[in-house]
Amino acid sequence: MNSSPQPLGASPAPALLLTHLPAKVSMIGSRAFLIDAPGDFDLAAQRRIWALSDALQHEDDIEELVPGMTNLLVVLKQTPAAPDRIIERLHDAWSLARELDRPGRLIEIPTCYGGEYAIDLPAICDFSGLPAAEVIRRHHQATYTVFAVASAPGFGYLAGLDPAIYMPRKKVPSLNMRKGMVTIGGMQSGLSVLDGPNGWNALGSAELPMFDPYASVPATLAPGDTVRFLPERIEL
Amino acid sequence: MIEIIASGPLNSVQDLGRRGYRNIGVATAGAMDPVALRVGNLMLGNDENCAAIEIQTFPFKVRFTRTLAIALTGADCKARLDGQPLLPWWACTVEAGQELELRFPKGAARGYLCVSGGIDVPELMGSRSTSLRGNFGGHEGRTLAPSDTLAVLDGPLPALPAGGFGVTPPSEAVREHFPVDADGTLLLRAIPAGEYALFKADAERFWAQSWKISAQSNRTGYRLSGLAIQPETVVEMRSYGLVPGIVQVPPAGEPIIQMSDANTAGGYPKIAGIIEVDLWRLGQAPIGSRIRLVQADTRDAIAAEEALEGYLQAVGRMLQALALR
Repeated sequence: MNSSPQPLGASPAPALLLTHLPAKVSMIGSRAFLIDAPGDFDLAAQRRIWALSDALQHEDDIEELVPGMTNLLVVLKQTPAAPDRIIERLHDAWSLARELDRPGRLIEIPTCYGGEYAIDLPAICDFSGLPAAEVIRRHHQATYTVFAVASAPGFGYLAGLDPAIYMPRKKVPSLNMRKGMVTIGGMQSGLSVLDGPNGWNALGSAELPMFDPYASVPATLAPGDTVRFLPERIEL
Repeated sequence: MIEIIASGPLNSVQDLGRRGYRNIGVATAGAMDPVALRVGNLMLGNDENCAAIEIQTFPFKVRFTRTLAIALTGADCKARLDGQPLLPWWACTVEAGQELELRFPKGAARGYLCVSGGIDVPELMGSRSTSLRGNFGGHEGRTLAPSDTLAVLDGPLPALPAGGFGVTPPSEAVREHFPVDADGTLLLRAIPAGEYALFKADAERFWAQSWKISAQSNRTGYRLSGLAIQPETVVEMRSYGLVPGIVQVPPAGEPIIQMSDANTAGGYPKIAGIIEVDLWRLGQAPIGSRIRLVQADTRDAIAAEEALEGYLQAVGRMLQALALR
C-alpha cells in the first residue's frame, strides 16, 4: 500500500516523470494475460492503466479488459498459439501508453457515520490514535478516485484515503457484514455491495445503491469517477 | 412448465454465462460443465447457450406439465422417469404429468437437465445464468426450491426417435485428449502464472503431488488440501482481475482454484492457471476426489480444444443423420 503523505487525488505527475520501466506481463490460464504497472501504487500508474485499457479496446482479438489496481487483465477471444508474441505486443502497448485523465463524474454518497453498523470504528481509533470524531472528519473530508470496479457487482475501490486513518484489512473477516457499509481496507475506502464475509473495517453506512442489473448502466461507479462521502448523520 | 417437487439447496438455472461485465465486478457464472450443457442443447436442436437446470444436490425431482423433449447430460444421476430408468447422456420426449427423479451421482458432481426451447427466465445482462453471489439472474436470483415452477420457452418439439436416443459422453469419446491417471486422479493442464517463480523449490511439489478437493469447494471455488506450498518471499499484491481456473495460494499454503462464481478480483499470489478447455472436467470433480496439475502450454490447450470441437461436430453430424437439425 502507498504510504506517501501525498493524497492520491493530487494532480498527475508531469509526463516527464513517466516511468520508463517495463511492465510485468504474465499469463493466467490459456487466454488471459495480466499487465502489472511498475512502481508505486498511485494515481499516475492508474491513469496509465486506463490509457492502456482504452488503447486496447478496439483490438479484434480481445474479448474483455478488466482494470484492477495498477494492473490490467486482458482476456483474448481465443487461445493464442504464440503467447510470447501477445506478451511482446502488450509490453509495447504499455510503453506507448500515456496517462489518461478520465473525466469522471462526481458521486456524492450521503453517509451515516458511527451508530450500530460502525462495528470497527473503535479499532480504527485505536490503530490511528485519533478520537472517533477526528477519524470521521478525515474520512469525509477526503476526495476519492474510483480506481477500479471489481470483486463484487458494482464495488468501487476508492483511493485517496487520508494516511492518518490507514487501517489494515482484518486477518479474520467479519462473517455477516451487511451491504451498504462504508469501509476502510488498507489505504482504500469502499462501500460494500453484498451481504456476507468482509475483511474491511466499517465506520459508517450508506443507502445509495451501487448496482442494478436491470439498469442500462448497471454500476453506479466507473473508474475515474470522484467520490465524496457526505456526513448526513454522525452517531457517537 | 416444470414444477420442482424436491431439490437440494444448491441447484440453479444456468446457461454458458454472463460475458463482458467483469469490469464492473460481475462474475460470468454459467454452467460448471459447459460441455455437458452444450451437448444437451445440441441433442434437442436448441441453441447451445439455452438455459438448463444444473443439479448438484440431491434428491432432485420435477413434474412436467406439458409435452417436452428433455436431455440429461453431465454426471450420471441414475435418472428415473415415472420410475423407469433412463440412461445417462440421453434425450427423450416427456408427457404432461410425468415425473423425473435424479439421485446422487458417483464419480462426477453435476447433472444437467436441458429442455427443448430452454428454460424461460428473463435474460439479464446478456445471460439467463443465476448470479448466486449477486442474487440476480436465473430464477429470482436464487437457487431452486420445492414448489418453484419454471416456464419453458416455446419452440418446435424435436422429432426424437421413439424411446429416445443417447450420445457418447466426452469423457469417453475424447478420453485420450483428456487424460486421467492410472489411479483415477484427474490430470489438469496448467500454465505457470505471475508469481510462479517465487515458489522456487515448492513449485516442484505443486506439480508432483495429487491434491484432494476439500469439502470447502463449491461453484465459487475449490480449496485443495495437501502439503502446503509457500513462496520464498512474501510479496504485497495489488488486487487484480481473475478468471476461472486461476490457482492462487493463500498464506496457509493450500491452493484455491476459482470457478464459475468467482470474485472478479483478488489479491493472493497466483502460481498457475488451468487451461480453459480442462475446466469442464474440474467442474465435474466431486468433493474428496483427487487432481494433479500438469505443466502445459497453449499448444496443448489448442490441441485439446480441437479434439473437443471435433467431438461436438461428430455429435452434430449424428443428430443430422437422425434428422433432428
